[in-house]
Amino acid sequence: MGRFIVQRLLQAAVLVVLVATVVFFLGRLTGNPVDMILPEDATDADRAALIEALGLDRPLHEQYAIFAFNAVQGDLGTSIRYHEPVMVTFLSRLPNTILLATPSMIIAVLLAVPLGVFSALRRGRMLDRVSGTIAVLGIATPNFWLGIMLIFLFSVQLGWLPSGRMGGPDHYVLPAITLGTFLVAGFMRLIRSSMLEILDSEFVKMARIKGLSEFRVIWKHCLRNALIPVLTLWGVFMAGLVTGAIVTETVFAWPGIGRLTYEAVIFRDFPLLQGVIIMAAVLIVVINLLVDVLYAYVDPRIRFG
Amino acid sequence: MRRLPWLPIAIIATMVIMAVFAPILAEHSPTDQSLIKRLKPPFWVEGGSMQHLLGTDQFGRDVFARMLYGARISLIVVGLSLLVGGGVGLTIGIVSGYVGGKLDAFLMRLVDAAFTFPAILFALLLAVTMGQGLNTLIIAISLLLWANFARVIRGEVLALKQRDFVSLARVHGCSPLRIMATHILPNVMNTFMVLATLNIGVVIVAEASLSFLGAGVPPPTPAWGLMVSEGRGRITSAWWLSLLPGLAITLVVLAFNLFGDWLRDRLDPKLRQL
Repeated sequence: MGRFIVQRLLQAAVLVVLVATVVFFLGRLTGNPVDMILPEDATDADRAALIEALGLDRPLHEQYAIFAFNAVQGDLGTSIRYHEPVMVTFLSRLPNTILLATPSMIIAVLLAVPLGVFSALRRGRMLDRVSGTIAVLGIATPNFWLGIMLIFLFSVQLGWLPSGRMGGPDHYVLPAITLGTFLVAGFMRLIRSSMLEILDSEFVKMARIKGLSEFRVIWKHCLRNALIPVLTLWGVFMAGLVTGAIVTETVFAWPGIGRLTYEAVIFRDFPLLQGVIIMAAVLIVVINLLVDVLYAYVDPRIRFG
Repeated sequence: MRRLPWLPIAIIATMVIMAVFAPILAEHSPTDQSLIKRLKPPFWVEGGSMQHLLGTDQFGRDVFARMLYGARISLIVVGLSLLVGGGVGLTIGIVSGYVGGKLDAFLMRLVDAAFTFPAILFALLLAVTMGQGLNTLIIAISLLLWANFARVIRGEVLALKQRDFVSLARVHGCSPLRIMATHILPNVMNTFMVLATLNIGVVIVAEASLSFLGAGVPPPTPAWGLMVSEGRGRITSAWWLSLLPGLAITLVVLAFNLFGDWLRDRLDPKLRQL
């Protein structure tokens, strides 16, 4: 187990370094950061001063070394729009994203698990068809549009729920549904297909022969094994969650990391965007690492395979 | 055999006709502004007229014309990014699978990394550094696509490699390049076509999301995602501005996904598990 964790840690570190390097060189090679930062009426003196302040007059490899040296210490530069260190801005927004992502994931799991299991048990019947259709629709509907339509229906027309920004519990309903929809569809299909496979396997027959109640067979023996593919594909879901968070937070003016990313794009705040991407990479890698370890713990085949 | 999916095919055909004949079908220009005709509702709503079938937006531009030209943008983006992203994935998949060894291990690590890192972040970064435009958009969406193609195609190639006709070609003295191009490639084309179809929906949603986030084709080009975004601020008074293009996206993506499912069952049922 120790060796497995060390190996995964190394892989994670490589991914973060790779992302940071790509981000750095993309920023330096494809555009001119000075033009992005300065207003259009800047004088040549302003320009020269900024170039020196940013260290852009030095050779590229030196710039990269400085960038890497600072980044390792947690210094990711200063945001142009907020005039504060990118790290500070990022950390101040992070809790809001976690506050939104947690209920979304809970909703997704609470809906997806029973729906997936019952669809597999009643394959081809009414419930399976209905939930299958919902899944197909959920995958086809763009998140941002769903969010806007929910606002139109529940905030504008019915006036039941607030249309955005953070606040009391009612402020969470629409954004959490918007963010959760994508996950529900994916989870449900996955659980359904792996349940179908497992219901056919030998150990399930064995459990039934032993005389275990149907409830135990399905919800303990089958479901546990059916959840393994969800862990396998966790990384892919994480990537989807990040995309969903950017779009959802933008639609609902939710002051989290996603909204911050959008602001960085709209205001062409390159240092901020660069910092957010690197920090997102770190976060994703850490979470995936935890899931991997959990996965290896749950399924010994991975540890020794 | 499953029946031909008529409804999805009809939706796709409608979209293609809209895109190809946009200049003929649209009475108005998609970009001409008119302050007097601002925010007219669609014809079935009170105050709407047949002159602007789907109403007008806040600049007085005809929504119907913008929808038609938007279909065009969508299809252009779909074609180009499948060509670039799918092509890169296909090449990497074939080389990785056929050559094997260290190269294969390295490329597959890269694929794993691409799967866990959200491509949208790179797409946004590209839009900021390279500027908005069709080129940036195609590169960004290709980054999103290639890994899936590479992984599936590689799996196919691993199986093909063991087949007799490949060994015979090798005995016959064919170079690896020739074997990959003339013996392996034609045999993975079915899989490639199925993957391409199944990914059309992914491309359309990605294009719309990037447009929505201000990182797609720059305005005033009419793209569906951009139209949803522009109408967002007026959802209380002019709901049709956001509703109609979003509905179009959903319908089209649904149609392509269902058609892709059918094509997969028809050409390459092995891919079912994906």
